[in-house]
Amino acid sequence: MKKEHVQGNKKGDVMLFALSTCVWCRKTKQLLADLGVDYRYVFIDFADKADLAEIEKEIEKWNPSGSLPTLVIDNKECIVGYNPDAIKERLGT
Amino acid sequence: MNGIDGKKVEELYLKLKKDAEANGYNINPDAEFAKELVKGLLVNEKRYGYISCPCRLARGEKGKDLDIICPCNYRDQDLDTYGACFCALYVSKEVLDGTKVVGSIPESRSIKKGSTTEVEIKKEGRCLLSLPVYRCTVCGYLCARETPPEVCPVCKAKKDRFERFV
Repeated sequence: MKKEHVQGNKKGDVMLFALSTCVWCRKTKQLLADLGVDYRYVFIDFADKADLAEIEKEIEKWNPSGSLPTLVIDNKECIVGYNPDAIKERLGT
Repeated sequence: MNGIDGKKVEELYLKLKKDAEANGYNINPDAEFAKELVKGLLVNEKRYGYISCPCRLARGEKGKDLDIICPCNYRDQDLDTYGACFCALYVSKEVLDGTKVVGSIPESRSIKKGSTTEVEIKKEGRCLLSLPVYRCTVCGYLCARETPPEVCPVCKAKKDRFERFV
């Protein structure tokens, strides 16, 4: 499934799994925008069935509860939920 | 999020607020935040036919999503533990009074488990009760009768949110 790319300062490979209807996901996106971070995101509620199975597997690898938002950094760290302190600490200047 | 009438958002927001206040619950006092969630509920209603949680992925099959139709089965427990439900449409009195700040909370539901109402209740021996007992999975209301009520008299959840308890 195609991931949307938001241009910004490269702070690593930042991937956000989100829901289009979720307010916490929106806050996370807004914070990443405010920090000017370069990141990719996917709204999983727009995914078709085949893509969804793969995306969920990926999310669960990092966050077994499968909850959203799930933010994966450099394919080795994960921030679950809207956690502004953790995001700023990891991706802020 | 397009295609949702602002008037409908306002209507549902006011209805949920009124119902919450009448039943001892509180809608998030940040009206703008709450209305964004209500808009999400209406998007889901349009997509799936029911107002499933805007912050959780619905499967589009009602049986699998029953536990996350708002108010979800996890609301009361999360209000007690964190002061808010998962999406934070509902908050505790402490949050309403401003003595507690609400944030993003951990998920109490397991994606694997899905709807808890699908769990089969084990029958242990012969039931000595004269009537079965049904439990509202939203608020915990119990009633002993042949079938669950059409609507929970406490939280107004529909019949399909009841499970056989005893």
